[in-house]
Formats: sequence, structure tokens, C-alpha cells
Amino acid sequence: MSLDSLVNRFQEKDIRAYEQLYAMYAENITGVIHTIVRDEQLAQEICQDVFLKIWDKADSYNSSKGRFFTWILNIARNAAIDKLRSKSYKKNKQNLYTDNFVGTLEASMEDDSTPDTSILKSLLKGLKGKCVSVIEMLYFKGYTQKEVAQELAIPLGTVKTRNRDCIGKLRKNMTLLHGH
Amino acid sequence: MDIKDYIASGILELYVAGKLSEKENLEVAAMAQEHAEVRTEIEAIENAILELTRAAAPNTTPDFQEIRDKITVPETKVISMEKSSSAWFSYVGWAASVLLAVGLLWMYNSNQDLRTQVEAASQEKLLLEEQIANANNSLEQTTELLNTIREKEISVISLAGQEVSPSSYAKVYWNKSEEKVYIDAIGLPEPPPGMVYQVWSLKLDPLTPTSVGLLEDFTSDENRIFALTNANESEAFGITLEPAGGSESPTLEQLYTLGVVSS
Repeated sequence: MSLDSLVNRFQEKDIRAYEQLYAMYAENITGVIHTIVRDEQLAQEICQDVFLKIWDKADSYNSSKGRFFTWILNIARNAAIDKLRSKSYKKNKQNLYTDNFVGTLEASMEDDSTPDTSILKSLLKGLKGKCVSVIEMLYFKGYTQKEVAQELAIPLGTVKTRNRDCIGKLRKNMTLLHGH
Repeated sequence: MDIKDYIASGILELYVAGKLSEKENLEVAAMAQEHAEVRTEIEAIENAILELTRAAAPNTTPDFQEIRDKITVPETKVISMEKSSSAWFSYVGWAASVLLAVGLLWMYNSNQDLRTQVEAASQEKLLLEEQIANANNSLEQTTELLNTIREKEISVISLAGQEVSPSSYAKVYWNKSEEKVYIDAIGLPEPPPGMVYQVWSLKLDPLTPTSVGLLEDFTSDENRIFALTNANESEAFGITLEPAGGSESPTLEQLYTLGVVSS
């Protein structure tokens, strides 16, 4: 079944289509949220909230405006960032802007509960720090192009092409990873 | 536009990130509908992001059952059937299956019709959404224009109708520091074919006209506001009607409006 018809059925409140979409994307969504909140338990909670939300708001998705995954991704990022900004996490707010995957990689060496980072490592292999930051800001942390440009002190127009280069490298690493 | 260049521009990566404006999203969706290459590229980019986000996930994700328990699913009704044992049941059965066959054929046909309708409707929807995006755009432009002419440093010069056309009028908004003038030409009649309005900056003593520019595409510009550059120390502005392409010096018999800059 194509993604389009799966999404259509989901919008008609077909629970099986919903379950299938959950199986497809729940891990990714938890991954994005975890990168933002850095707490496995919390990441799972927020992921659940996100999926409950998309079920209730299924009508509001519109395929002409973007990919289905992009839609959930956006909801998930907002939910995670909202959580971080809420009172109980205020003191850790600083982390939102300084941490990146490097944090995840380092943390995994000390602690078994964090993600298995071997795949992450191979995917990011050879990518420069700036590349990792661009990808992380745009896809994981929801920065706008303008905010990325400011953060990295590069011209606005460069964000688009740099990001394409970086995703290109990521895709190359992906092929290598699956080639073995 | 060349598809390869379009793909290489990096716009599709931002599309997957959800970082484009509503209008750009619609454009990408339209391109994807038209070109298989664009579709494939979008899917490849999404796959890369899926792989990366999955790799960043903790080892466990919540079970779907937990979510299943928390949602409400619209109920489907169960209808119980009663057993029938009469002899004529099989005849009725045959008749029913013939009816069913006819019905299926009819449904197939109307399904085709519906499909065409749905397609047409979704095309129309895309079109309407594009119109909304355009309307938003033009609203933005209008607001920008309004803000521009409201700026502090702007001086406003009213140009009054002259002998050729006493009822004409125009306004000049002049931002001296940015060397820009905005001509509001709503009070000028449409120029005859082959003719064009030309704006002049004038020095009064002695009278020296310098061309500031032409009000090109007069009829197609609905709000009739034209932005031109003016680096002159203007003492007055005038607008004349000239042959297409403009003239070296103003045709004074065709002077439509004139106004002096108050100092």
C-alpha cells in the first residue's frame, strides 16, 4: 500500500493505518525528541503525546503542504521544545542551544541507556562539525534558515546549498553502511 | 527551469525539513507531481533523515498498545443476521447475485466518475491554495509600500493638472537620503497606445529638466505606484506624455502635471 493511501486511511480514522504509521515513524520521532530533551523516559512520554495529538488532529494534515513525516516531525519538535521551556526544565534550557549529536555520542560511552551510537557514528563519519550542526539545527531543532545563518555566521543563501552538501554526504555514508 | 538545477539548489532538503514558506511548499508539491525525478529525490532525502533520526533514538520506543488504549476510535456497527430456511431462498439468491453484478458494474462506473471528480477537485484545491498564498504576498507588498511612504524622511509633493489635462493629478513621495521617488499616478489617464508617461526632475532657475524615468507598464500595474531613482537636487517634478521609450527633453505641450518641492 502506498504511503498516500495509508495516510488517507489514517485521516479517515482507520486504526490499522495508524498502527502502521506508528511502526514506521515512532522510533524516528523518539530519536528527534531525545536529541532535544536528552532523557529517555521523557522522550518516550512526549512521543506518545505526539502520536495522540496527530490522531486527534489528523484532519489538519494536508499533503499539498509537505510530507507526512515532515508534519509529524514539526509537531514533535515543538512538543519537545515546549517541554524543555516549561518550568521544570528551565534550568537546563541552556543545553538546548549547545548540545548536539556529539553530546549523544559522548554520553553513550558512559551510559548504556542512551542510543546505540554505532550507526549514528557511521552515518556522520567524515561530516565536518558545521555539517553536523546544520543538519541538527534544521531537522532536529527546528531552526529557521535565518537562525542557522546567524548561529554559524554564514550568509543566508549559503544555508540551503551547505545543507544539500551535508545531506549528500549523509546519503553517501548511508550507501556505504548498507553496502556492507 | 532545469530539473537538475532545481534539485541541486537544495530546496528539496528544506522541503523535507519543513522550512519553506506555504507558497514554496506548494511549488515543490507541484514540481513533484510533474517530475518523477523530483519525487524520487524527495523520497531519498526523507530516507536519509529517517535513517539518521532512527539512529538517534533510544533503544526502546513505547508500545503502540499504550496509545491504542488512550484513543477513541469511531465505532463500526455489527449487524446480526437471522437464519432463513425457506425453499425459495436459492431463487432469491440467484436474483440477488444478478442484481449484485449489475450493481457492481454501475458502482464501477460511478467510481470512475468519482475518481475524475476527486482529481479535478484536488487540482482546484491546489490552485486555490496558490491563490491564497499569492493574496498573502500581495498583502505583504501593499503593507510594505504603505510603510515606505509613511517613513519620516519622506517629502510629499503634489503635482497639479496642467493645460492639456486640468483634471489630472499625481503625487511624488521623495526619500532624499535613499534617492528614491515613488510616483502615485492613479490620477493620470491611461496613456494612448505607443505613448508613455515620463517623470522629470526640474531645476527652476534656469529651468533645467532631467529625466527621472518612465512609468512603464502603466495599465498592468494596478495600484499605479512606481518606484524610481532620483539623485537630483530637484526643485520641482513634472510628468509629460512622450512617445514610447521616452524623450531626451520634455515635450512641454504634453505636460500633464507639475508640482514644486516646498523647501
